[in-house]
Amino acid sequence: MSAQPASLDGPASVQLTVAYGFWIFLLSDIIMFSALFAAYAVLVGQTAGGPGGRELFDLHTVAVETLCLLVSSYTCGLGLVASEDRVPARFYGFFALTFALGATFLVLEISEFARLIGASAGPSRSAFLSAFFALVGLHGVHIAAGLLWLCFLVAQFAVKGPQAFLRRRLGCFALFWHALDIVWVGLLSLVYLMGSR
Amino acid sequence: MKDKRVAAYTAGLALALLLTAASFLVARGSLLWAPGVPAGLAVLALAQMGVHLVFFLNMSTGPDNTNNVLALAFGVLIAALVVAGTLWIMAHLNANMAPSRTLMEMGR
Repeated sequence: MSAQPASLDGPASVQLTVAYGFWIFLLSDIIMFSALFAAYAVLVGQTAGGPGGRELFDLHTVAVETLCLLVSSYTCGLGLVASEDRVPARFYGFFALTFALGATFLVLEISEFARLIGASAGPSRSAFLSAFFALVGLHGVHIAAGLLWLCFLVAQFAVKGPQAFLRRRLGCFALFWHALDIVWVGLLSLVYLMGSR
Repeated sequence: MKDKRVAAYTAGLALALLLTAASFLVARGSLLWAPGVPAGLAVLALAQMGVHLVFFLNMSTGPDNTNNVLALAFGVLIAALVVAGTLWIMAHLNANMAPSRTLMEMGR
């Protein structure tokens, strides 16, 4: 870093401005989640005589889901490092792991939703369950979109090689993936751990 | 491969796993005084979000990061206003609704 103030350094690098713009998007996404968190917190007691979190949540599945997301965040970071170092073998390996762990999470979540709906505890049962499905489902939709995005990025990497624009996009994907983990920490604590007490 | 970036991710994963395990322990067992469990879970969740920001999202106090940190502060402010404001307003609405509910029960 130069000794002069940052304002005199000239325009910021594309790397920095792209990451900044994507960061603003992520924050707006988190604000949207906060609205659904607030709705859930208000409606958590409104079970309309139906089942509550204590009867419905299975903490073993949730623990495995959490482990999947945390480790996939880790492998995503290592994949990003591999793309910066231009080591294709490690890049493919780590992002394949990221995809597999994310997909495992999604399968577990969908089977949990199917179990709830099968036990006639679907989103139309009570206000509590509507809020639950909206909040957890939105996170799941984000994970699904992220998996699709990851496929496109890896295909682009395979065709075009480790170019600068691709590493920026991978950097944005990593930000997205890690931010979803932060949302999951909130979900785990507020919805599952508090709800199953 | 001894690499600073990899070391940061590994430290982040270790801390995140530790905090998650602590959250499960607190929620399950009798580790904490029962009325203190929600506060304990909130503290652990905030700590883990901090760990994710620093080790995974690479937030720092460096000059390249000033704008990101300011945006984060603003985002946290808005999210806190949305959540706290909603809870506050809805709790008061419930309180204001109470008399009419009692009236309905009296009318039964």
